[in-house]
Amino acid sequence: MNLKAIREIFRYPSVVIGVLIILFLVVVSIYTVFAIPYDQAVKLWRGSEEDWYKSPKIAAPIWYNWFLTDKLPVTQDIFSNDPSVTRMITANSAGRVITYTFPIKYDYATFPNDISLYFATNFQDKKPFVDISWITPDGKETRLNGFEIDKKFTYRLNQDDKVTRKLGGVVASTGLFADPKIKTKPTPVKGTYYLKINVVTFDQTTDLSTELIIYGKVAGWAGTDYLRRDLGIALLWGTPIALMFGLLAALGTSISQLIIAGISAWFGGWVDTILQRITEINLVLPFLPILIMIGTFYSRSIFVILTAVILLSIFGQGIKTFRAVFMQIKESAYIEAARAYGASNFRIIFLYMIPRLIPMLIPDLIVLIPSYVFLEASLAILGLGDPTLPTWGKMIQDSESQGALYQGWYYWVLEPSVLLMVTGLAFSVVGYALDRIFNPRLRSQ
Amino acid sequence: MAGKPLLKVEDLVLHFKTTKGKVQAVDKVNFSLMPNEAVVIVGESGCGKSSLAKAILRLLPNNIETYSGKVFFEDRDIMLLSDEEFRKNVRWQRMSMVPQAAMNSLNPVMRIGDQVTEPYLIHTGVSKTEAIKQAKKVFGYVGVPEDFLNRYAFELSGGMRQRAIIAMAIITMPGLIILDEPTSALDVLTQANIFNVLKTLKRELEISFILITHDIATSSELADKVAVMYAGQIVEVSDATSFFTHALHPYSRKLMDSVPRLRGDKEPDFIIGQPPSLLNLPIGCRFRDRCPSRFEKCDQEPPMIQQDGHLVKCWLYQNSKESHHG
Repeated sequence: MNLKAIREIFRYPSVVIGVLIILFLVVVSIYTVFAIPYDQAVKLWRGSEEDWYKSPKIAAPIWYNWFLTDKLPVTQDIFSNDPSVTRMITANSAGRVITYTFPIKYDYATFPNDISLYFATNFQDKKPFVDISWITPDGKETRLNGFEIDKKFTYRLNQDDKVTRKLGGVVASTGLFADPKIKTKPTPVKGTYYLKINVVTFDQTTDLSTELIIYGKVAGWAGTDYLRRDLGIALLWGTPIALMFGLLAALGTSISQLIIAGISAWFGGWVDTILQRITEINLVLPFLPILIMIGTFYSRSIFVILTAVILLSIFGQGIKTFRAVFMQIKESAYIEAARAYGASNFRIIFLYMIPRLIPMLIPDLIVLIPSYVFLEASLAILGLGDPTLPTWGKMIQDSESQGALYQGWYYWVLEPSVLLMVTGLAFSVVGYALDRIFNPRLRSQ
Repeated sequence: MAGKPLLKVEDLVLHFKTTKGKVQAVDKVNFSLMPNEAVVIVGESGCGKSSLAKAILRLLPNNIETYSGKVFFEDRDIMLLSDEEFRKNVRWQRMSMVPQAAMNSLNPVMRIGDQVTEPYLIHTGVSKTEAIKQAKKVFGYVGVPEDFLNRYAFELSGGMRQRAIIAMAIITMPGLIILDEPTSALDVLTQANIFNVLKTLKRELEISFILITHDIATSSELADKVAVMYAGQIVEVSDATSFFTHALHPYSRKLMDSVPRLRGDKEPDFIIGQPPSLLNLPIGCRFRDRCPSRFEKCDQEPPMIQQDGHLVKCWLYQNSKESHHG
C-alpha cells in the first residue's frame, strides 16, 4: 500500500476516529504489559489479603464524585505513627499502658463501607490486651470491645456482634457515625470522631503499631469488586489480551484459510475433494459445545482456547469464499503463462494467486478481529475464561455472578462492556472503510 | 539448409477426452525446424494450432486421452523426459512461449521487472540484481525502456505489454520460441513493430521461431517455412517463398486466395462450408467436403507426398510423384 492509499483512507472521518481508538488501545496494551508485568497482574488478580486490604469492597470509581454534590466517602487510612495520632505511654511494674487516639474527620453524607483495625505487636510471653472506645464529635465516649491480640491481628468492626448489639442492631460503619436523634433514616453526623485504643502490655518492651482503615464508597479510577480488587487491573490487562486474542485468531484463521483455499483450488481433484469435505463437515460441527468441552475437560488456558478457536475456524466459510475467487483467478492467462515458464505449484499459489486476494482479505481480517474479541469475552462470561487472567469477559462474569446490575453497581458491568463495544466499533469502522477503498465498486456516489 | 534440425516432430498425437467424445486436436503431426529458422503454422480457428504448441511444450490440461509421438529437440526425444525434468531443463530453459492471451499474461499485482525476471530466477537461481541486469539487457532487444521495470502491467500499452512478454520469453536465451498468435489483439502498426522486434531477435540472437497465426500476410515477413494445418493435421509444409508463390494443397491455395491484396483488383476468395468438428472427423481426406478438386480417391486418407520441395497431403499429386520417380 502506498502513501496515496493511506491518505485516501483518512478522508473518512470515521476511520480517523477508529484508528485513534485502535492506537489508544495499542498504547494502553503496551503500557499495561510494561507497567504491570504479567506475573504481578496474575498475583494481584488472585486477590490475596495483603494486596488488597487497603481497598474497600465493591466501591465505585473515584470519578463518580465529580458528578455528585454529596460526595461519597473516600477511604481513610491512618497509621499509629501518623503525626495526627496521639500516643501516651504509662509504665507500671507489670508492664505498660499505651493509649492511641486516632482522629477521624468525617464530612460525608453517606456512611463508610467498613472499619478495620490492623494490629502488629512484638510481645514476649503474654499477649497484650486491647481496649477500644469511640468518641463522637459531641464528646460522648462509648467503649466498644476489649480483646487479646496476636502478633498480627485484624479487627473488623462490622463483624463484631457485640458492637452491633451495642449500636442497636446496626453495623459499626453505620451505627458509629449515625445521628442518634434521627430515627427514620440513619444519617451520619459530620465532624471529627476519635478512636481510642488502650493497650495493656505485660512487659516493658512490647510495642504495638496499628493501622485504622475507614473504607470509603469510591476507590480507584475503575472501582473495586467484591474481592476488593481494583477493577483497573482487569480493564488494563483485558486490553492486550483482547487485542492479542482477536488479532492472532483473525490472522491465524484468515491466512490458513487463504492458503488452504489456494491449494484446494489450484490442485483440484482429490486434494480439492478432501479439503472441501473436511470444510463441510467442520461447518456443521457445533463450535461452542466443542470449546466448552475443551474448557471443561482439558484446559482453560487462553492459549489452549486460542488454538482451539483457530483450529475450529480454519475449515470455515472463508475457505468456500476464497476458493470460489481462486477458481476464477486460476484460469487467468497470466497463471497459464507462469505455468509455462516453469513456476512451481507453490510459487503459483503464493506469488500469483494469494496476492490477488490480499485486497479482499485485509478488510475482512480487520472486521474479523472484534468478532474474536467478543468470542473471547463470551467464553469468559460462560465461565471458560482463563482462570488466572484478568480480562473484560471475566469482569462481566464476576459482576453477573454477584448480581451487579440488580444491586445497582453499574460501573462493574458497563466499564468492560463499553470497552468491548468501542473496540468492536473501531475495528469495524476501519474495516468497512478499507473495504470501500480496496473494492471501489462498493463505493456509493 | 544443411545440418541437423533443431526440432523434429514425429507423429505427434494429442487427443482430448470430453463429455461429448474424443477431440482429435493434434493428429499425427510431422514437421521439423532448423536452427535459426522460423516456421509459420497457419490454419483456421480451432484447427489445433494452439494445441500443437501446447503439445510441444507439454502444457497439457487434465483431460488428455492420447498424447504420443516423438519430439526431438536438440538431439534428444523430449517426450521421454519426466514432467519435472521437462520443467527444469527444457521448458523456458531451451524452449519458451509467448502465450495466446499475451495481453493478459502479465500478473496484475506484480511489477513488470519482477514478472519478467521470474522465469530467469526460477531457472537459473541467480540473485535478483543479476536477474534485473538480464531483464534490462533483453528490454534493450525488444525495445522496452528500462524504467518500465518498476511499472505495473496496467500502466503499459498493448504493444509494450506484448514486448514485455517477448522479453520474458527470451530472458533465459532459449533456442526456440513458440509464439501463439502474438499480434492478434494489436493494431496494424503495433503488429508491424512487433514483427520487427522478432526479426531483430532472429538476426541477433539466432533464435528459432514457431509462429502460430491465422494471419498469413503479416507472418510472411518472418517466415522461412510454412506449415498449413487443417482439422488437426498438417496438410502442407513448404519453404515460404515457394508457398506464397504457388501453394499446392487445394486448402492452401484457397487460403492464399482469401488474403486481400494491396494491389490488383482481385476480390478475396472464401472457402465454402465449415471445417469438420474435431469430435467427429470424416474418414479419408478431411478437406474433401469443401474441396473444389475432389475425386473418388479422397475417401481414403491421403499420404504425405513430396512435390516440388513441398510436402503435401493430397491425392492430386500422387500420379505426378509416381511419374516423377518412374
